Amino acid sequence: MAWVNDIIQGILIGGLYALFACGLSLMFGVMKVVNLAHGDLAIIGGYIAVGVITITHIPVLWSFLIVVPLMALLGYVLQRTVIQASLDRSILTTLLVTFGLSVVIENGLLQFVNADSHSLGVGNAIITSSFSIGSQIIIPYLLLLIFAVAVVVLLGLQYFLSASRYGRLIRAVADDKEAAQLSGVDYRHVFGIAAAIAFGTVALAGIAYGMYSQFSPTTGTDTILLFAFAAVVIGGLGSLWGTLLGGVVLGVAQAIGAQINSSDQLLAGYIVFLAVLVFRPQGLVARGAQS
Amino acid sequence: MSVATETAARSAGDYRVTRSRRNVAWTGLGALVVVVVLALFPYVFGPGTTTIMVQGFIILTLASMWNLLAGYAGLVSVGQQAFVGLGAYFVLILNIHNLSMFTALPIAAVGCGVAALPMWWLVSRLRSGYFAIATWVLATTVLLIIEKFPSIGGGTGLSLPHTPNLSTAVLEAYTYWIGLAVTVVALIAVYLLLRGRLGLVLTAVRDDEVAARSSGARVGLARMLVFVVAGIGCGAAGALLAVSQLIVQPSAVFSVQWTAEMAFAVIIGGLGTIEGPILGTIVYMILQQTLASYNAWYLIILGLVAMVIAIFARRGLWGLVDDHLHVRLFPVGYWLWAPGSNGRRGVIPRRGGRHS
Repeated sequence: MAWVNDIIQGILIGGLYALFACGLSLMFGVMKVVNLAHGDLAIIGGYIAVGVITITHIPVLWSFLIVVPLMALLGYVLQRTVIQASLDRSILTTLLVTFGLSVVIENGLLQFVNADSHSLGVGNAIITSSFSIGSQIIIPYLLLLIFAVAVVVLLGLQYFLSASRYGRLIRAVADDKEAAQLSGVDYRHVFGIAAAIAFGTVALAGIAYGMYSQFSPTTGTDTILLFAFAAVVIGGLGSLWGTLLGGVVLGVAQAIGAQINSSDQLLAGYIVFLAVLVFRPQGLVARGAQS
Repeated sequence: MSVATETAARSAGDYRVTRSRRNVAWTGLGALVVVVVLALFPYVFGPGTTTIMVQGFIILTLASMWNLLAGYAGLVSVGQQAFVGLGAYFVLILNIHNLSMFTALPIAAVGCGVAALPMWWLVSRLRSGYFAIATWVLATTVLLIIEKFPSIGGGTGLSLPHTPNLSTAVLEAYTYWIGLAVTVVALIAVYLLLRGRLGLVLTAVRDDEVAARSSGARVGLARMLVFVVAGIGCGAAGALLAVSQLIVQPSAVFSVQWTAEMAFAVIIGGLGTIEGPILGTIVYMILQQTLASYNAWYLIILGLVAMVIAIFARRGLWGLVDDHLHVRLFPVGYWLWAPGSNGRRGVIPRRGGRHS
C-alpha cells in the first residue's frame, strides 16, 4: 500500500511539474525561444511572493493576485527588450543571452538575498493538512490544489489559444510572423503578450513550489528548469496535454525511485527521461515535429 | 590541405587567394616566443602566480572547446561540466589504481572522448535550445550516478591517494607545465581542425545547412566529431583540475559554473574566432582576480557583459580588433585579392565572418 500512496503522490506532483513546463513550452511554441532562465525566473516569482506576503500580510494562497501580474509585466518588458533584441540576431543569441540571464539572476540572488532556503506559508492550514483514504493513502490538500491549478491553467491556455482573439493572433504569429505582420499584426507586441502569459504561469509555478518545498537561489536551475524540460520532452514537444502527462510520468518515476532508495529519486526521473529520448524521441504524445 | 591549392588553381589569372591579408609567419614565430616565455614562468614567479595561471589554462582550454561547439558547429552545450567532472574522476580512479596522476591525464582525456560518443547519441536527437538543456540534464545524471559509488568518494569526494613525492614548488611547476602543454595542444588541435575539411563543412553548414547537406556535406558526422573533440578537450581540462587541486569533489567538478565561465569567456572574447577565447580568458582572469573578494560579483558582471556583447557586438572583442586591423593570429579563412585591388574578403565565406 505504501507503493500505491507514493504513486498517487507522484501523479499529483506531476501537476506541479506540468506547471513548471507550460511557460517553457509556450515560449518555445510561439517565439521559438528556449528560455534557459526559466527556472530562475520562477524562483524570482517565489521571492517576490515572500516579499509581498511580508509587506502586505495577505494569505499565501492569494499572493498570486499580486505576483502573477508583476511577473507578467516583467515578461512583457523582458520580451520587448532583451529577448526580442537577441531574437533579431539569431536563435543562437537567444540561448547565449538567456543563459547569461540565468547565471546573473542566480548569482544576483545569492549576492543580494543570500543562500538560505525560503518557503511560503508555514502554518497555513490548507498547506499542511491532508486527508486519508483507508489507512495507508494520505493525500495532502496542497498537492491536490496544485494539480487542480495545473489542469485549470492548461485548460485555460488551450481555450485562450483556440477561441480568443489574442489566442488567434498568437497562433498566427507563431505560424508565420511575416505573414501576420503583412496582415497588420504587430508581432513584437503579440510576442510580448505571449511572454506575459508564460511568465504568469512561471509565477504560479514559483509560488506553488514555494508552498510545496523550500527553495534557494540554485533551485531554479537544479530543479525547476531541468524538471520542466524533462516533462516537456517526455510528454512531447508542443503538446500541452503531453506536458501534463510528461509531468505525471516524471513524478511517478521519481516516487518509485525514492521508494527503492531515497537517494535515487532524481536519478530515476532522469533515467526515464533518457529512456524516452532513446526509444521515443518524439515524446509520449507524438506531434511528429522535432525542433 | 588540398582544398587550399584547389581554390588557388580555380582563381587563376589575376586573382589570388591567400589565407590571410598579411603574412602570418611572424604570428607563428610570435606564438612560439609566447609559449617559450610562458614556459619559463615557474623559474621567475612563485607558486601563487603559477596557480592562477593554471586556472587560466583550464578556462582557456574549456573556452576553446566551447567555441568550437557553439561558434563553429552551432551546438550550444550547457552540459560541458559533464566532461570536466568525468576527466577529474578518471584521473582519480586511475590514481587509486596506482597510476601517476600525470600519466593519467591523457588517458582521462581520451576516456572522455569515448564517453562523448554515447552521450552524443542521446542528445543529438534534440536541436538548439532543447539540445542545450538535454546536455545539462545529462551532466546532472552523470553526477548522480558517480555519487552512488562510495569507493570514489560518493557525494563528498576524495583526495588523490598517490601524489608524487615531490616538494611543493616542483609539483607546482610540473602542474604548470602540464597545464601549458594541455592548452597549447588544445589550441593547435582546434586550429588544424578548422583549417582542414571539417572547418569547410562547418562553414558551409553555418551559412546554409540545407545547401550544405544537398552538396553532400556529412553534417551529422561533422557535428559528432566536434562534440567528441570538445569532450576530449573539456576532459583534459577536468583532469588538469584534479591534478592541480589534488582533490575531486563531485559538486565542484560537475558545477554548471564551468560552462558559464567558458561560455562567457568565449562570448566576450569573440564567438567563432580562435583568438576570441584567448582574449576572453584574459578578460575573465583579470575580472575574476580583481573581484575575487566579492564572491559571486565577477560572475554577475561577466554575465551582464556577455549578454550585452552577445546582442550588440556579436563577434566580441576580437571582432572589434579584427574589423579595424584585419589581423588574424590563426588564419583559417580565405582572403581574395582581385586584380589591382588591395584585397578584400567576402567572396569566399570566411571563418567567423558573421556579419548580421
